[in-house]
Amino acid sequence: MTAVQKRVVINKLALAFSTLSALIALGFLFWILGVLVMKGVSALNWNIFIFEGAPPGYAESGLKHALVGQAILIGMATAIGVPLGILAGTYLSEYGKNSKLAHTIRDISDIMMSAPSIVIGAFVYAVVVMPMGHFSAWAGAIALGIIMIPIILRTTDDMLQLVPGELREAAFALGAPKYKVILSVVYRGAKAGILTGVLLGIARVGGETAPLLFTSFNDNFFTTNLNEAMPSLTVTIFNYATSPYEDWQQLGWAAAFILSMFILGLNILGRLILLAGKKRK
Amino acid sequence: MIDKIFFNFTRISALLILVIVAWIFTVLFNHSLEAMNTFGLDFITKDEWAPNLDKFGAYAAILGSIISTFLAMLLAIPIAIGVAIFLSEIAHDKIKGFFGVSVELLAAIPSVIYGMWGLFFFVPIIRNIFGGMGIGLLAAGIVLAIMILPFMAAVTRDAMNTTPDILKESAYALGGTQWDVIKDIIIPYAKAGIIGSLILALGRAIGETMAVTFVMGNVHHVPGSILDPTTSIPVTLANEFTEADSSLYFSSLFGLALTLLIMSFVVIAVAKFYFLRKARRA
Repeated sequence: MTAVQKRVVINKLALAFSTLSALIALGFLFWILGVLVMKGVSALNWNIFIFEGAPPGYAESGLKHALVGQAILIGMATAIGVPLGILAGTYLSEYGKNSKLAHTIRDISDIMMSAPSIVIGAFVYAVVVMPMGHFSAWAGAIALGIIMIPIILRTTDDMLQLVPGELREAAFALGAPKYKVILSVVYRGAKAGILTGVLLGIARVGGETAPLLFTSFNDNFFTTNLNEAMPSLTVTIFNYATSPYEDWQQLGWAAAFILSMFILGLNILGRLILLAGKKRK
Repeated sequence: MIDKIFFNFTRISALLILVIVAWIFTVLFNHSLEAMNTFGLDFITKDEWAPNLDKFGAYAAILGSIISTFLAMLLAIPIAIGVAIFLSEIAHDKIKGFFGVSVELLAAIPSVIYGMWGLFFFVPIIRNIFGGMGIGLLAAGIVLAIMILPFMAAVTRDAMNTTPDILKESAYALGGTQWDVIKDIIIPYAKAGIIGSLILALGRAIGETMAVTFVMGNVHHVPGSILDPTTSIPVTLANEFTEADSSLYFSSLFGLALTLLIMSFVVIAVAKFYFLRKARRA
């Protein structure tokens, strides 16, 4: 074999290996998705949306409690995380810019974004659950809100920086004060980006289980009392899936399917908004 | 006037991040003081975890975290690099778009789903092949590897994509094969970015709770083999936090949380500030 032939063979082998690994990876991942869809769709029926949790063996058992609880928790977390994240991101992009403080905040927030979410749960347990004496929806929402802030902060910071400086200067030249420039020029220019960031933040937090385990805990019954333990889809998936009862496991798959579709949907929607925003420019 | 109020609102929100992080460290530290004072270094070097005797040694949990993460990295790194090469160099544009987006979407699937899948579909396979219970370090490592794979592949691909086309084209012009270009141009050029991405994925894997809680077993014992059930820091926290009944027990769990936070903070900081920053500057 000549040197050239050898290189061609090695090239073929290496490319085959990486194509193969791509196939292996996608195979596994589509296996998981396939299982999720098959198991989830076969477990779906209207009862899931009508009934709340019941002891194993009852025909009239559903996920209404967990769906509503999840919506409440995510709604509250969004109310905490989004305004704080957007304001903080605004500070970094419009006021802090390249100052040392701004960079420190960016770095710390970046680390927070990848920090273990269960640790946030432990922290909220210490500062909210312990003083209150019991689990509550508040605690769960605060934990999720804390996880959300760095995600929103990062996208807001990035997206505001993409707004051209000339736009700001033009508004200043018209005599607008800085807050007015930010609110009606910069925010408007970065609208699509910020919205995408919010959607991705909600998607990320919506799938979190660990920080809820000992903050909002879980409940098998319908409740809207924010001072009590609050059921969530994610913890319900965990509890039902690890239970030995066939019908609970079925409900677990249905919950897993609904949750995944919700999160994938938000992700796709976020991408589409960003894409549409880019096209318009 | 309004200008000042608005400015202060944004500044307070931004400073709040620093306050929260400092607060988390302080709270975890204060709550773990009791355990640290009682056990000292034994807390991280002994593996006897006996709540009924008020004895808490986190060695098994720390070891479990490290080994399961190591296994996951060992399995995921070659495949993730293969996928990244495929996505950045081999695939045609149409496939690239579809593949790339599906990899990114899969990274968004909640980890609790990976854990559930692992419990129902993967554990039985391990049980059939190797015997034993199926749950344990090997199952945890594999499920963790699959969970981290999309994220790892996506960030590694992004790092590889930073290689300027002109460098690649020059190498092709000299008669290099695709593989020559990958190993002699792209990998050396994007080295810091690739390593940073891999370590970042490692930081995520260490703190991952739900993907492994299903398949680890939560047994506080240094495992004899990777087929034995054991525990890790997040698994212990997830299983025992709501069961703790003494203040020393709680304190030990907070100690575990603090250990985990420090471990992942260091790993993530190294990835972001050493490797990824170097990559951006290059």
